[in-house]
Amino acid sequence: MLNLEYMWGLLPVLLSYLPLTLQMATIAMVFALILACLLAVVRVSRVPVLNGLSLLFISFFRGTPLLVQLFLFYYGLPQVISSLIAITGVTAAVLGLTLHFSAYMAESIRAAIVGIDRSQTEAALSIGMTQSQLMRRIILPQATRVATPTLMNYFIDMIKATSLAFTLGVTELMGATQKEAAGSFLYLEAFLLVALIYWVIVEMLSWGQRRLEIYLNKAYQR
Amino acid sequence: MISLQGITKHFGAHTVFKDIDLSLSQGEIIVIIGPSGTGKSTLLRCINFLEKPDAGRLQVGDLKVDTQRASRADILALRRRTAFVFQNYGLFANKTALDNISEGMIVVDKLPKAKAHARAREILERIGLADKADAYPASLSGGQQQRVGIGRAMAANADVILFDEPTSSLDPQWVEEVLGLMKQLAVERQTMIVVTHEMQFAREVADQVVFMDEGGIVEQAPPEELFTAPKDERTRHFLRKILAPTGQAVP
Ligand SMILES: Nc1ncnc2c1ncn2[C@@H]1O[C@H](COP(=O)(O)OP(=O)(O)OP(=O)(O)O)[C@@H](O)[C@H]1O
Ligand SMILES: [Mg+2]
Repeated sequence: MLNLEYMWGLLPVLLSYLPLTLQMATIAMVFALILACLLAVVRVSRVPVLNGLSLLFISFFRGTPLLVQLFLFYYGLPQVISSLIAITGVTAAVLGLTLHFSAYMAESIRAAIVGIDRSQTEAALSIGMTQSQLMRRIILPQATRVATPTLMNYFIDMIKATSLAFTLGVTELMGATQKEAAGSFLYLEAFLLVALIYWVIVEMLSWGQRRLEIYLNKAYQR
Repeated sequence: MISLQGITKHFGAHTVFKDIDLSLSQGEIIVIIGPSGTGKSTLLRCINFLEKPDAGRLQVGDLKVDTQRASRADILALRRRTAFVFQNYGLFANKTALDNISEGMIVVDKLPKAKAHARAREILERIGLADKADAYPASLSGGQQQRVGIGRAMAANADVILFDEPTSSLDPQWVEEVLGLMKQLAVERQTMIVVTHEMQFAREVADQVVFMDEGGIVEQAPPEELFTAPKDERTRHFLRKILAPTGQAVP
């Protein structure tokens, strides 16, 4: 049946590609968060022009498949922007993941911001705070707490989505598995093993997420 | 010295009030009364630009603002000279009682944190919540939350504190402690404009009572005069309706 010995031997090989996978996900997550906050603030404050652009951006990146977006950045864009010819698979993947997930996260953050009781905004303005002080000190800290569980879900999705980078020739966890499997012809073993690796990582994150949620639900109660 | 000249506000085609004039000197306490929907809240909100008036001039202390030409800096300056106490408290949920009070001093007045916290502790002492410095709003009673709301307004060191029905959302058992704190401020001659339905408070504390009805100020007089000998029929009608059920003397 299953060649367990092969799987055992493959484990350290595949795990050595895990850092790249986690790095891509983490970097994309950080940029996506920043971008999502900006998009959300623009949407909430209805900044003229920018608001329309944000809507268009969010609509496009939520409305098209991630794989299509990755191909667009990696294979498509260099055709028109020649300086992008040197774009690496990793960069294209991080860029695609950032833009794609920022569109989703912007909507969650926006919902969290809108959910904060309007009277706090008025109170902050009434004592002479500026819009940006209001955002930074009152609204965003609270919105972050509200949105964190959802954002954690996106991070989990993001980790799984990094596997698409192998289609851009990146040898990350999935790319490495593909190569190993093609060499050994033990497809079931290789892909089963990589599935287990993703699963364990996601489970660990879910555990952290539950802990975080318990902590956040206790927030502001003292 | 605070003065409003010709303050007008429309919402779409609806004119809430037109040409409101009102002035008070330092240490004066004005209570505004009137039926629901006559624009009492809107008037207070216009004074610190939570609503933009459609005409008129505002003066607070040495700051004079033509509401139609107000720059961003004018608006911020005006807000620093006026503090607001909200019906629903509007406390910052992510900040403790202490931080709610010190926030404006740190962010707006740019006081060093230690100094702001020291002042905030003094204020907590004055509002009787010294032991709640580290409590978040969610764990405070309505009365305590509103006292923190008042503490935050006190911290702004504004020329005038505007109170918009500060006791209307409170459970009855907390009303007295909030009114008590406001009376204490009155004794200290804190300049204030108070919108309230608490007629007893108006009688005790106000220097002037302003009665507002559709479209503007109907009459203004010291409480003993307005409550016993109102000149306008609308004032009489309103006072009868609101005082009779409470067993207070009716004009
Ligand atoms: N943001 C707004 N948009 C449109 N109309 C408004 C707005 N705010 C207030 N109004 C209207 O303006 C009028 C005055 O409202 P306001 O809240 O100032 O009355 P009020 O005297 O404070 O009443 P209450 O005693 O019920 O608090 C009302 O007719 C109200 O419906
Ligand atoms: Mg009102």
